[in-house]
Amino acid sequence: MNDVLKIGDRELTGRLFLGTGKFSSNRLIPDAVKASGAQVVTVALRRVDPEFAEENIAAFVPKDCVLMPNTSGARNAQEAVRIARLARAAGCGNWVKIEVITDNRYLLPDNYETVKATEILAAEGFVVLPYMSPDLMVAKKLVDAGAAAVMPLGAPIGSNRGLRTKELIRILVEEIPLPVIVDAGIGRPSEAAEAMEMGAAAVLVNTAIATAADPVVMAAAFGMAVRAGRMACLAGLGEVRDVASASSPLTGFLRSAASPASSPESTGR
Amino acid sequence: MACWEDILKITVNDREETVAEDSTVADLIEGKGLHPGTVLVEHNGTIVLQGRWGTTFLKDEDRLEILRFVGGG
Repeated sequence: MNDVLKIGDRELTGRLFLGTGKFSSNRLIPDAVKASGAQVVTVALRRVDPEFAEENIAAFVPKDCVLMPNTSGARNAQEAVRIARLARAAGCGNWVKIEVITDNRYLLPDNYETVKATEILAAEGFVVLPYMSPDLMVAKKLVDAGAAAVMPLGAPIGSNRGLRTKELIRILVEEIPLPVIVDAGIGRPSEAAEAMEMGAAAVLVNTAIATAADPVVMAAAFGMAVRAGRMACLAGLGEVRDVASASSPLTGFLRSAASPASSPESTGR
Repeated sequence: MACWEDILKITVNDREETVAEDSTVADLIEGKGLHPGTVLVEHNGTIVLQGRWGTTFLKDEDRLEILRFVGGG
């Protein structure tokens, strides 16, 4: 089955994107990437604190992965653009995850500033993947702005609450002619599979893997769930019905003589 | 001890610092004990790639950002 996800100039076979935050040790990251099958890995850009021992997170990301810096910390479009340009100038490639947040409790994205940043960066040749609240009109504006995909949240970042925005994401999958990548909130492999079954092009997972008791095994579990969900989507899910529909033939029942005749529709499974 | 004219006042990551005159970005990074391969430098709003750190001299009132990639989702 030749099932590739085309984003920018890349053809991806791995549909799980992996975030690198919150791992107890960066040394777990290469194994988690490998176990998950991720080909796109996110990182963040921060001021150096000389008090802390430094590690270059990029050194832990396998070289054949797309390194996708996010613009976390940006409070408006201008700051997001600045971070994206810095990351690209530093040799990070031209992919960027736009993340513009001013809401500190729920970390919900500012869709308006996100559209503005997307427009600017797409015009500069970036492959722009905006993190967004799943709003159809905003998603359409992101398409017009030149986004390479849209990344609606399933639930607040790091909450592990799952696909709370399922109905809205379903509408994006149906209406938006770009890959829809569910980002944030996915807490379990089953939820990742569900997103993929719905037609999501990929999912981005960080907290659920990084904070698992065994992050590498959880990365593998998510990788399998994403593949299973994708296969189910391609295979075509069966119809959902309100009443039973017999799976076994409704003819040729073995009946005892004493048994009263019953209509075939009321038996069989 | 250098007299005050020999000292440059610069701002690094929003903190005021002083460095000796004729300091370069490379001197600043080395002075902080940072491993060059792990950080990015923005000098007055423009990124300075590592290859130019040694020839980028600091001036009074320069603003610098020293950044690095960290884990993030």
